[in-house]
Amino acid sequence: MSPRTLFDKVWTAHEVVKETADTPAVLYIDLHLIHEVTSPQSFSLLRSLGLPVRRPDRTLATMDHSTPTKSEQVFGTEPIKMDAAARQVAQLEKNAAEFGIELFDMHDARRGIVHVISPELGCTLPGMTIVCGDSHTSTHGAFGALAFGIGSTEVGHVFATQCLLQRKPKTFAINVEGSLKPGVTAKDLILAIIGKVGVSGGTGYVFEYRGATIRALSMDERMTICNMSIEAGARAGMIAPDEVTFAYLKDTPRAPKGAAWDAAVARWRELASDPGAVYDAAIDIDAAALEPMITYGTNPGMVVPITGDIPAAPAAGQPAAAVFDQALAYMGFRGGEAMLGKPVNVVFIGSCTNGRLEDLEAAAGILKGRKVAPGVKLLIVPGSQQVKRAAEALGLAQIFKDAGADWRESGCSMCLGMNGDTVAAGAYSISTSNRNFEGRQGVGARTLLVSPLTAAASAVQGRITDPRTLL
Amino acid sequence: MEPLTRLRSRTVVINSTNVDTDQIIPARFLTTTTKEGLGRQLFADWRYLADGAPNPGFVLNTPEAQGCRVLVAGRNFGCGSSREHAPWALLDYGLRAVISTEIADIFRSNSLKNGLLPITVDEPTALWLLQHPGVEVDIDLAATTLTLPTGAAVRFPLEAFARHCLLHGVDELGYLRSRLADIERFEAARGDAARNA
Repeated sequence: MSPRTLFDKVWTAHEVVKETADTPAVLYIDLHLIHEVTSPQSFSLLRSLGLPVRRPDRTLATMDHSTPTKSEQVFGTEPIKMDAAARQVAQLEKNAAEFGIELFDMHDARRGIVHVISPELGCTLPGMTIVCGDSHTSTHGAFGALAFGIGSTEVGHVFATQCLLQRKPKTFAINVEGSLKPGVTAKDLILAIIGKVGVSGGTGYVFEYRGATIRALSMDERMTICNMSIEAGARAGMIAPDEVTFAYLKDTPRAPKGAAWDAAVARWRELASDPGAVYDAAIDIDAAALEPMITYGTNPGMVVPITGDIPAAPAAGQPAAAVFDQALAYMGFRGGEAMLGKPVNVVFIGSCTNGRLEDLEAAAGILKGRKVAPGVKLLIVPGSQQVKRAAEALGLAQIFKDAGADWRESGCSMCLGMNGDTVAAGAYSISTSNRNFEGRQGVGARTLLVSPLTAAASAVQGRITDPRTLL
Repeated sequence: MEPLTRLRSRTVVINSTNVDTDQIIPARFLTTTTKEGLGRQLFADWRYLADGAPNPGFVLNTPEAQGCRVLVAGRNFGCGSSREHAPWALLDYGLRAVISTEIADIFRSNSLKNGLLPITVDEPTALWLLQHPGVEVDIDLAATTLTLPTGAAVRFPLEAFARHCLLHGVDELGYLRSRLADIERFEAARGDAARNA
């Protein structure tokens, strides 16, 4: 057999019916993650057809997108302030109970952002197919799973059949070599990759991140990388499982145990792309040349090294001049200006991109013994309740509070501002999240995407700061 | 889903690239639990001023845009979030087709499942359409052809199965469910029988 890619192995193992010229493949889904925002209409579809959820045992529900992050609202001494969010939460409770789906509800110690909790519980495993009505489902590809976001109609399809109709995507190798310099993180690496590939360069492809740099990353870092594949247009990004993957999963609650674990690891070792496997596209990245990165515009591809200037005119692959000018006008920036020293109003540390324990440890390393600059609001939202407890046990939460940060319960929060955690119009938000689209964090909000290190350093100085000056 | 065979309409043009689904329907409107009525919030942050009044500078608020069923936009339309609320909002507003040089994967898939036709065309065709807002175009789904008022007929790619579903207004779920025996065999071969089948 000719050499095969990681993607091809996982895809082929889940083909219930192969694709033909007339029909897409029927692809089996091992794990279906759902949340309160994109599932209500899918349950309505089932009800209208009188169908059950075919595999509730392969379905897992949590609440994260519209949920409050203030403890008194999460734990019930006060009602959820937003009526619409309260309705969605109640609807998911009702739907999960009616259709027999396990739900991590508001009071559950295992609740959190869907892409944070599934890996930490050991529900995400190498070689799986995983879908969720959320574009950042690509996160789970860090484990060598084929994981991608779907719409609510497809959520209904998976409910009813545990399968999806899919055309086989193409493969794109992202080869990364060289050591990241101190102060340069996985977030900076993926922002640099998006800058190079462009925000639609990955359309139609599944990325595979490869090379010595990727092998040297922790699982938290690999999840940050795969998470933002969609920001380059790729529905999925994958990394071959290795010893780092196995060590992460070994003692998670739901990973296989005993002989089943040994057998699983033996299978997972076979998943890596074969030597000589052919990709439809490829790009080489020199990690050693990278600096901390920051976005200056209104999509994640509008990104520069933090010590750099805003381009005077759109570079190749960037929007046309009128759109570029519109983006800078929205941001209140001009071409040619330096990024360092620009003002900061709000700093957000969290999200499915950078809300894991290592992200919080990185931020705490900068914030320890320092204070948030006067006039700056620093919001730190752990990715899950488990991350929250770990951060509290390690003393990170105390460091955050001592620095003057607002420390909250877990959820998507200010990444998309659905739950009322928003940025005011015109304000500058230095954010560890994944999207700097117009209005993403609130109507008129201006978002700059950075690593947790850069976010923490900028919070302390009250202006955009190279984190290497505070390490 | 309403069948779509032929669509003749004037175009409305949003001459911007990378129009993301947060622009098409901002996240604060995703707290609904139904699909209906989202057209009111379509492009809300561009379409309405801070006081809620229509923004006269936005194209959908111009008299010429009223009744248009075809949207023309710059490269990479529909990027970002997987929210199906984006095609729901476009359809609820009254649009039936989107034309661009490039349409993001998840948005494209969601559109096809709801009867919103994503049409990708070559650069010169897109440029012409962007520069000639309000022209009447003729879309023939059976022939997968877009005809411009110049008489130029441009073929557009559309996956055979999606085309079949659009032409006949049928849902993909019916086909998927017709393969349930295959799905059961697949599960049995893995030693993993369904508990709720």
